[in-house]
Amino acid sequence: MESFGYFNYWLAIVIIMIGFYGVIARRNLLKQAISLGLFQTGVFLFYVTMGVYRSPDGTSGVAPIWTDAAKTGPFDNPLPHVLMLTAIVVSVSTLAVAVAIIVSIQRKYGTIEEDEILEADKRDS
Amino acid sequence: MDIELPESIRAHLPVLVVLLPLFGGLLAMFTGLVQRGGGVIAWAWSVLTTALMLICAAAMLQQVHASPEPLVYRLGSWPEAYGIGYSVDALNAYVILVVSIIAFLTTVYAKDSVMAEIANDRHHLFYSVWLLAIAGLIGITVTGDTFNIYVLLEISSLTVYTLVALGGDRDRRALVASLKYLILGSIGATFILLGIGYLLMLTGTLNMTDMHDQLVRMREAGDLVNNRTVFVSFAFLMVGLSLKMALFPLHLWLPNAYTYAPSAVSALVAATATKVGVYMTFRFVFTIYGGVYDTSADLQLLALCACLGIVVSSLSAIRQMNVKKVLAYSSVGQIAYIVLGFSLANHAGVTASVIHIFNHAIIKGGMFMAVGAVALRTGGTKIEDFKGIGRQMPVTMAAFTVGGCGLIGVPLTSGFISKWYLVQAAMQEGYWGVAGVVLLGGVLAIIYVWRLVEIIWFGTPDDPSKRVKEAPLSMLIPMWILIGASLYFGVDATWTADSAQAAASLLLNGGHG
Amino acid sequence: MAANNQPESGGEQMSQQTLLRVIAKMTIPFILTFGCYVILHGELGPGGGFQGGVIVAAAFILYGLVFGADELRRRIPTSIIDACMALGALLYAGVGLACVLRGGTFLDYGMLKPDHAGDGEALGMSLVEYGVGLTVASVMVTIYLMISERRATLRKGEVS
Repeated sequence: MESFGYFNYWLAIVIIMIGFYGVIARRNLLKQAISLGLFQTGVFLFYVTMGVYRSPDGTSGVAPIWTDAAKTGPFDNPLPHVLMLTAIVVSVSTLAVAVAIIVSIQRKYGTIEEDEILEADKRDS
Repeated sequence: MDIELPESIRAHLPVLVVLLPLFGGLLAMFTGLVQRGGGVIAWAWSVLTTALMLICAAAMLQQVHASPEPLVYRLGSWPEAYGIGYSVDALNAYVILVVSIIAFLTTVYAKDSVMAEIANDRHHLFYSVWLLAIAGLIGITVTGDTFNIYVLLEISSLTVYTLVALGGDRDRRALVASLKYLILGSIGATFILLGIGYLLMLTGTLNMTDMHDQLVRMREAGDLVNNRTVFVSFAFLMVGLSLKMALFPLHLWLPNAYTYAPSAVSALVAATATKVGVYMTFRFVFTIYGGVYDTSADLQLLALCACLGIVVSSLSAIRQMNVKKVLAYSSVGQIAYIVLGFSLANHAGVTASVIHIFNHAIIKGGMFMAVGAVALRTGGTKIEDFKGIGRQMPVTMAAFTVGGCGLIGVPLTSGFISKWYLVQAAMQEGYWGVAGVVLLGGVLAIIYVWRLVEIIWFGTPDDPSKRVKEAPLSMLIPMWILIGASLYFGVDATWTADSAQAAASLLLNGGHG
Repeated sequence: MAANNQPESGGEQMSQQTLLRVIAKMTIPFILTFGCYVILHGELGPGGGFQGGVIVAAAFILYGLVFGADELRRRIPTSIIDACMALGALLYAGVGLACVLRGGTFLDYGMLKPDHAGDGEALGMSLVEYGVGLTVASVMVTIYLMISERRATLRKGEVS
C-alpha cells in the first residue's frame, strides 16, 4: 500500500515521461512542441498534488491561517498553486514562441518535418 | 574609482539593476511609433539604460565590499520566508558587474550590426527584447528566491530564443537552431523546476538561505540519512543546470544557436547566458547544498564531463568551416574549464572558475564582436570570407588574434591567469590527469586558433579585387575595450583575483556572507 | 496580398456568410464586456488579468476569424498593439516604481496610500491586474495576427 500512497507522484512522473518521450521521439516540430507542453504539465501536476496536506493518519491537518487548532481537516497549501499559476503562464509563453518559430520555419522551408529540414540544410551547404 | 550615489538610490540598488533594463525594454517598444529613425532612437535609449545599469552595478559591488553582510532587498516588504527577497553578496555583485559590462558594450556595438542584419520595421522590437533578456539575466543573478530564479531564467531564455530566431532573416537555419535551443532549454528549465519542487517539499520554503538552514537542521536531526528526496532534487537540478550552461554532453543546442544568431546577439549571449548558468550552479551546489549533502561523488562526475568536454569540443572546433562555429565549440570547451574548476571544490578551483567567468566573458565577447564586424563588411562568417582579411581590416583582426591568444592561455593574457589557477587547483588535489587535460586543451586551442590566424593573415582572398573597409568605430571601440581588458587583467590580475577569492571563500564557507 | 495563390480556409469565404457576420457582431460586445468584468473583478474573486485578457483577446480574434485578419489589422494597426503590450507591462512596473518613490520597497502596495494601507493594496493590485489584462490581450492578438500572416516569404525554388 505504501507505493499506492504515492500514486499522485506516479501519475505526474508518467505524464512527464510521456511528454519527454514525445519530445525525443517525434520528428514533427509541432508535435515536439505539444509534447513539451505535456512535459511541463506533468510538473505542474506534481506541484499541485504536493500542496495537499494530510496528517500521518491520512485524515486531517491544520491550515496555517487557523490559529484554532481544533479546526482540523484536510487542507491545501496555496503556495504551490500560486507558483504553478506563474509556471503555466511561462509554459504558454514558451509554446507561443515555439509556434511562432515553427510558423517561420514552415514559411522558409515549406515543411515542419525534422528530417526533411535536415535534408534541405544538407542540400544548401 | 569611487561612485557616490545619493542614499535614496543606494538603498534600492539591488532592484534598480533589474528595473532599469526592464523599464528600458518596455519603453523601447514605443519607438516603433516613430515613423523613421525609430531604430536609432531605440539604440540610443538602450545604450543609456545599460550605461545607468552599469553604474548601479559598479556602485553595488563597492557597497558589498564595504559591508560585511549581504545586501538584502525585500520586494513588497514581505519577509523573505513569504515574499521574494533579493540578496547580493560578493559573488553575485561580481557576476552582475560582468553581465552589465558586457551588456553595455554589446549594446554600443549593436548599432551597425543590427542595421545590417535585422529588418528595419523590427528594430524597436529587437532592442526591446534585447533589454528584457538583459533584465532576465541580471534578475537571475540578483535574486535570492529559487522560484524567482526559474521565472527569470525563462524570461531570459525566451527572449534569447527570439533574438536567435531573428537571425532567420539572413539564414533560415537560425530558426531551426532557435527551436532546438528552445526545446532543450525548456527541458532544462523544467528539470530545474522539478528540482526546486522537491526542495520545496522537503523544506517548505523557497528562499535559498532559509532552505539551507532548514536542510542543516534536518541533517542535525538525522532526517537526511538515506533521504532520497534530497538526492533526487540534486540530480534534477544538476541535469537541468548542465543543459542550461551547455556542459558536455548536453551542449548540442549551443553551436548552431551561436552560429546563426545575429552577430550582436552572439556576442551578448556567448558572453553572459552560460555564465549566468554557472552562477546558478554555484548557488545550488554551494549555497543550498553546501555542508548538507555530500556532493563529492556528483562533483567528480561533473569533473569527468568537463574533462571530456574540453577535449571533444576542442577537437570539434578544429574541424569547423564557419568561424562563428569554431568560437561556439570553443565556448563549450571554456565552459567546461569553468565547471572543472568548481567541481574540484577547493579554494583555488572555485577561484579559477570565478575568474574565468570574467575572463572568458571579455575574451569571447570581444572575439564574437570581431567576427560580427567581418560579417558586416563581407556578408558572411565562413572560413572563405576570412581569407586574407587581416590586411584589409587589420584593427579588427588584431583584436581577434589577441582574443585567440587569450583562449589558448598565452602568458600576459587573462586566459593564462585562469588556467594558472586551474592547474594549481588540480595539483593541490593531486589530480595530475586533470592538469594534463587542461594543458591538452591549451594545445588543441593553439591548433584551432592558429588555423584561423593563418587564414586571416596569410591566406589569399578568393577574389583579390574585392576591397572591404575597416569596421566602424562604434564596433571597434567596444571590441578593443574588451580585448584591452583581457590584456590588462592578464598583466595585473589583482582586481579579478581579489574579487574571485572573496567569492570563493564565501561559497566554500557554507555559501553565506 | 498573395492570398489568392493558395486555398485559404479563413478570411474571404467566412465574411461572405451573413449568419456568421451577424452573430459575430452581436456576440463581440458581450465577450468584451465579460472580459472587462473578469479583469475588473480579478483582485478579489476568481479571474484577473490573465483570464480576462484572454477573453478580451478572444473577441478580437473572433472578429479576425470572421472578417479576415487583414481587416483586423486595418482596424487596429500592429504598432498600436505593440505599444499596448508595453503599456500594460509598464503599468505593472510603474505601480511598483510608484511604491519605491513613496518610500516603500518595490511593489509595496501599502505605500500607495500610507494612511489606509488596505486601500493602497487594493488599488495597487487592481492597477496591476489592469496592466496584466492589457498586455495579455494584446499579446494574444499579436500571436493570432502573426500566425495568420500570409506574407509571401518563400523565395522561388525554396519549397520542395
